[in-house]
Amino acid sequence: MDQDRRTFLGQTGKLLVLTASAAIAWEHVLAGRPEDAPNYRSTDHWWGMSIDIEKCIGCGTCVRACKTENDVPREEFMFRTWVERYVVDPADRDHPQVDSRNGGYDGFHEREVLDPNLKMFFVPKLCNHCTHSPCVQVCPVGATFESPDGVVLVDTAYCLGCRYCVQACPYGCRFIDPRTETVDKCTLCYHRITRGLTTACSETCPTGTRVLADLKDPKDPIHAFLREHMVQVLKPQMATGSRVFYNGLDGSVR
Amino acid sequence: MAGLFAVGITAFVVLRWLMVPADFGALGHYRASALTDNMDRPLVFAGQAACVECHADVAEVRAKGRHARVSCESCHGALAVHASNPAGVKPVRPDPRRTCIVCHTASISKPTSFPQVVPAAHAPEGSCAACHVVHNPKIS
Amino acid sequence: MPGVEGFIYPNELELQWSVLIVLYPFITGLVAGAFILASLERVFNVEAVKPTYRLALLTALAFLLVAPLPLQLHLGHPERSLEMYLTPHTQSAMAMFGFVYLWYLMVVLVLEIWLDYRRDIVLKWRASTGLSKHLYGAMALWSDNISESALKLDDRIGRALTVIGIPSAFLLHGYVGFIFGSIKANPWWSTPLMPIVFLFSAIVSGIACILLLYFVTCWLRRVPVDMACVDTIATYLFYAFLVDFALEMLDLIHRLYEADESFRALDFMVKTRLFTSQIVVQILLGTLVPLVMLAVTQLVSLRERTRRVLYVLAGSLTMIGIFAMRWNVVIGGQLFSKSFLGYTTFKMEFATREGLLPAIVLMILPFVILWVLIRLLPPWGHGEGDRGRRAGV
Repeated sequence: MDQDRRTFLGQTGKLLVLTASAAIAWEHVLAGRPEDAPNYRSTDHWWGMSIDIEKCIGCGTCVRACKTENDVPREEFMFRTWVERYVVDPADRDHPQVDSRNGGYDGFHEREVLDPNLKMFFVPKLCNHCTHSPCVQVCPVGATFESPDGVVLVDTAYCLGCRYCVQACPYGCRFIDPRTETVDKCTLCYHRITRGLTTACSETCPTGTRVLADLKDPKDPIHAFLREHMVQVLKPQMATGSRVFYNGLDGSVR
Repeated sequence: MAGLFAVGITAFVVLRWLMVPADFGALGHYRASALTDNMDRPLVFAGQAACVECHADVAEVRAKGRHARVSCESCHGALAVHASNPAGVKPVRPDPRRTCIVCHTASISKPTSFPQVVPAAHAPEGSCAACHVVHNPKIS
Repeated sequence: MPGVEGFIYPNELELQWSVLIVLYPFITGLVAGAFILASLERVFNVEAVKPTYRLALLTALAFLLVAPLPLQLHLGHPERSLEMYLTPHTQSAMAMFGFVYLWYLMVVLVLEIWLDYRRDIVLKWRASTGLSKHLYGAMALWSDNISESALKLDDRIGRALTVIGIPSAFLLHGYVGFIFGSIKANPWWSTPLMPIVFLFSAIVSGIACILLLYFVTCWLRRVPVDMACVDTIATYLFYAFLVDFALEMLDLIHRLYEADESFRALDFMVKTRLFTSQIVVQILLGTLVPLVMLAVTQLVSLRERTRRVLYVLAGSLTMIGIFAMRWNVVIGGQLFSKSFLGYTTFKMEFATREGLLPAIVLMILPFVILWVLIRLLPPWGHGEGDRGRRAGV
C-alpha cells in the first residue's frame, strides 16, 4: 500500500504546495512505520483532549468515526467514545435524565416532551488518559500502561483478560473485545497522533468540539483553551489526573 | 523438603529469565514493543492534509464559508484508501440531503447558536444542494 | 436495552465478574477459616477441638487447591496467567495473589500437614506394599527417620509454622478483601473495612464448614459425635459471627449515616435487585437466624440431640449466608452504574466457561479432593498414639 502511494506520487510528479505542518503530517504517513518517522519523539509530547460542551450538537460523527477508524465492535455496549445527552431540571440537579442510545452512534432523536424549563446538552466521553490511572494501577501484569507521551494503552498480546481494570475505571471507558478476549479502550488514536495526524473523532468533529491537545507543545491551542474557559474534568473527586478537559461541564454530569 | 523448595525457586528464576519478553521493562512496567503495536494500525481516515494535497481547489472554496473548519471526512467518510490509491478507489458522493440533516436537524438539545432547521418544514424533500453550495453554504 | 433501568454507561451492560468470582472469595474464605480453627488447637492447645484438627487442615488444603481454578477459568486468556508470576505489577493488588497463594500453599499448608503426618506416612510406607508403598515413600520423601528426637523437631517446626500460618491466613483473606476494598471507582466495594469484614466472614464460614464436615464424617464413619468438641466449635462460631455481624452492621450504619453521593443508588439497589440475596438470605436467614440459634445454645442448657440439630442448622444457614454475602459483594458491586443513575442485570449462563455448571463442578471438586486426601492420610484412627505423642512431648 505504501509502495502504491509512493509510486503514484512519484509518477504524477505533482508539485505539492503544502503548508509545513501538513507536509510533516503526510511524511509521517508515508513513512509507514511511525517509529521510523524521525519527526516523532514520544518524550516531546504529553497528550490530552479538550471538549467544548457548548459546541457539541450530538451528531454522533465522532462515535461513528471512532468505530470505523479503530474497528470497534458495532455492539450497542462497546465504545471507545460515546456521547451522552443530559436533560437537567434546574430544580432537581441531582437527578438528571441521561440517555445514550447506541452510544450516540445514530445521533439523537428529538425527545417527545419539550419542557422549556429543562436544560439540555450533550457530553462526549472517552478515556480520560489519567495521569494517575486507576486502571494502570490495578493491572496485575503490565498489560495496560501509560506511554511516555501520556496515553493509556493496552498491550493486547499480553492482556490476561482478568477485567480488573474494567472494574477500576471510574468512567466506564473499558470493555472486553469478544474477538480477542482482551480489554479494549480509546488509544487516543495512537497510530494517528504518532504520525502527526489528529484523532479520528477530532478529525471528523464538524463543530470543533473535540480537539486533540499536546500539553508539551507551547503553541498548542490547549493552553489558551485552559486559560480562557472555566474548565472541569469528569469526576474530579476521583483524583485521577484526567487529561480530557471540558468547557461548560455542568455539575450534574457524572 | 528444603531441597524441593530450592529446586522450585531455582526453576522459577530460570523460567522467569526465559519467559519474560526481552523488551519488558525498558520504558516502564510493560513491553516496550506494545507501543509500536499500538502505532502500527492502518489509517482509515486519511486526515485533512492528505485531502487538501490534491483537492486544494475545494479547500479554497470551503475556506471562505461557514464550513471552513469542517474536515472533508466529516461528510465524505473515511477515505485513507482513496488517499493511498486516488485513481483506483473512488469515493462515493455523499447524499446531499441525509448528510446535511445529520447535523442541521433542529433539536432543543443543540446549542441555539448552531444553524438548524426542521427539515420537513424547511424543505420537505429534495437535495439541499439545490439551494445551498455544500462546500460554502450561504445562509439566505 | 433489555435489563437496563435508568442510565448506565454503554460499556457497563455486561457484568465483568460472574459467579466464578463469587466462588473465589468464598473458597479462599473457607481455607483461611478452616486453617485458623486448626491453628487454635495447635497454638493455644485447645484440647477440645483436637478431633477436628487434621480434618480442618486437610479441608483447608482441598479448598486451597481449588481456589485458583475459578480465577483461571474466568480469564480471557488463561494461558497467559503465568505472567502474574513473571512480570507481577507491584502496584496491583491482584498481582500479589500468586505469591500470597503459593506462600500459603507450600510453606504453610503443605509443609505443616507434611510435618504433622510424617510419622503416619512413614508407618504406612513401612506397612504397605506395591504401588502404594512407592506412593507413601515419595510422600515421605524417602526419609524414614521417625526417632523421638526427629519427631520432636517436627513438632517444633510445625508449631513455628502454625504461628507463621495464622498471620498468613489473615493475609490471604484480608488480601482478597483488599482486591475489592481498594477500588475507589466502586463505592459498594471501596471501604477500608472490606478486608476485615472478609476476614471475619472467612473465619465464620471456615468454622461452620468444619463443624458440618465433622458431623458428616462422624455420621459416615458411624462414630459418636464428640459433644465437647462441637460445643467448643459452636462457641467459636458464635463469637466470630458476632464480630463479623458487628463489622457488617458498622459498615451499613456508616453508609446510611454518611449518605454520600452513591448512597441513593446503592440504597435503591439493596431494596430492589439485591433484596432477596442481601436482606432475606444474607442478613435474615444467613446471619440473624443462625446467630439466634447459636445464642440459644450458649444461654440455655439443651439436650445433646437438640444442640446437634441446632448446630447443623446454624452451620448450614451460616454457609448459605456467607455465600450470599460474597454474591452480594461481587455481583451487587456490578449491578449499579458508576454514574449512579441506573442499573443493569446479571444474566447467569449455564454451560458456558463462566456459567453455573462450572461453578457447581468447582464447588464439588474440593470435596472430592478432600475424600482422596482422607483416604491417603486418614485424619483419625491413630487417635491414641497421636494424643500420646503430643502428651509425651
